[in-house]
Amino acid sequence: MSPAREKRPLVGIVDYGAGNIVSVSRGLEIAGAEARLIRRPEDLGDVELLVVPGVGAAAPAMARLEAAGLVDPIRAWLEADRWFLGICLGLQLLFDGSDEDGAETLGAIRGRTRILSGGARLPHIGWNQVERHRDHSTFEEIPDGADFYFVHSYAGRPEGPTAGELVLAETTDGSSFVSAVARGRMLGVQFHPERSGPYGLRFLGNVLDLVRRDAGIEAAGASPVEAGAPAVEVAAPAVESVV
Amino acid sequence: MLLRRVIPCLDVAGGRVVKGTRFIDLVDEGDPAELAERYASEGADEIVFLDISAAPEGRSTLLELVERTARRVFIPLTVGGGVRTDDEMAAVLRAGADKVSLNTAAVLDPELIARCAARFGRQAVVVAIDARRVVDERGANLESPNWEVLVRGGRDSTGLEAVEWAARAVELGAGELLVTSIDRDGTQSGFDLALLEAISARVTVPVIASGGAGEPGDFVAAVVQGGADAVLAASIFHRRQHAIEDVKAAMAAAGIPVRIAPKAA
Repeated sequence: MSPAREKRPLVGIVDYGAGNIVSVSRGLEIAGAEARLIRRPEDLGDVELLVVPGVGAAAPAMARLEAAGLVDPIRAWLEADRWFLGICLGLQLLFDGSDEDGAETLGAIRGRTRILSGGARLPHIGWNQVERHRDHSTFEEIPDGADFYFVHSYAGRPEGPTAGELVLAETTDGSSFVSAVARGRMLGVQFHPERSGPYGLRFLGNVLDLVRRDAGIEAAGASPVEAGAPAVEVAAPAVESVV
Repeated sequence: MLLRRVIPCLDVAGGRVVKGTRFIDLVDEGDPAELAERYASEGADEIVFLDISAAPEGRSTLLELVERTARRVFIPLTVGGGVRTDDEMAAVLRAGADKVSLNTAAVLDPELIARCAARFGRQAVVVAIDARRVVDERGANLESPNWEVLVRGGRDSTGLEAVEWAARAVELGAGELLVTSIDRDGTQSGFDLALLEAISARVTVPVIASGGAGEPGDFVAAVVQGGADAVLAASIFHRRQHAIEDVKAAMAAAGIPVRIAPKAA
């Protein structure tokens, strides 16, 4: 094990009263992170990966982020292409807005969050398969079509010319919806990795590996620190204008 | 494809898992966090944790227990028992629950369902319904079966008809229903399929079947005939009469999609 691998990346978990903070921080700790709760912009400090969890509706979530003074810092974080993971509502907030309550959200991904359709029942609650569109390091050693846990009624679909490149995976409940996205260092999943058993913890561990390798590369100035480490899949940030 | 869930239920009183028959004659079954961890490793799809003592003085004990359990399992945790306000629901979610189930308080104050759904999203609000068959004076079922809702752990009548209450709860914002047959609870004589069928046909949210699981075939029937989206059981798992794996194998053999959990890393 290289020192870079043992290092526990500092992960900031945005605590805005909209999600299961215990399970998200515990899951990340088990996966190898040092977790810190983010309640004010000053908490962001030397955070290496910012996680926005959350369940529920977009408008109250945006209002609470706004009240905490976190909307602009999160937008700036995304524009700077720093490591980011949105979970469930945290992914939905990346879109332009939500049809659920008309909320305008962060606007980092063009498109809106819409109600799921085609399934026998709503909310979509339970384990379902995450079918990959392309390979990505976050799904390393997780079989394609592995089951992850979902609990939601809405999902966003990226729009615009680069939409296809954003989509990492889809899931089907009657009709299909986007269940994972990635663009540069911005990651988002509609499922709950912290509640998806061994594969979920593996997913979180993979995200932390990416953060670690990225930090190692920056420190070393060039090649990956660990010999034989899979190539870091940090694509150049898309230039699509999303503002 | 959305998979049908198998959910072990931990009834908790005084900090211990207990199980009775028709809500009485409780027997000690072990430590909640330990049992939850065991079930998660054995392939449970979710854990339901019900505080059946629900005494106000037990609140902080419950929250500690929820947090201790939530830190040890990496599958979803639904917690219920004695939650009366949206602030209490917030505390339970903060302790690590993914969903909270409302029962007695929702019957007494149905708007509680709406307040909780508005604050936390309907996907976090489970309404638990304890239903008992209405029988005539000779003890026989009426011509078309119907069920009454009971509250306070099956102690108090409400006069509410269970299927109507289910529909109303969903209208108000319930994202899922946990339907328990008091007649079958702890008897291991099979689920009340007519009850499940009546409710699952009436609502569009997921329905969790509860009360009466005895054999793997009962889980199959709850899904195929009862229309349940998830099936909950307590005593058969606590007493190791059937493993979760065996229940899922029976469901899969009947063509029901279930999750085959990977071995923990």
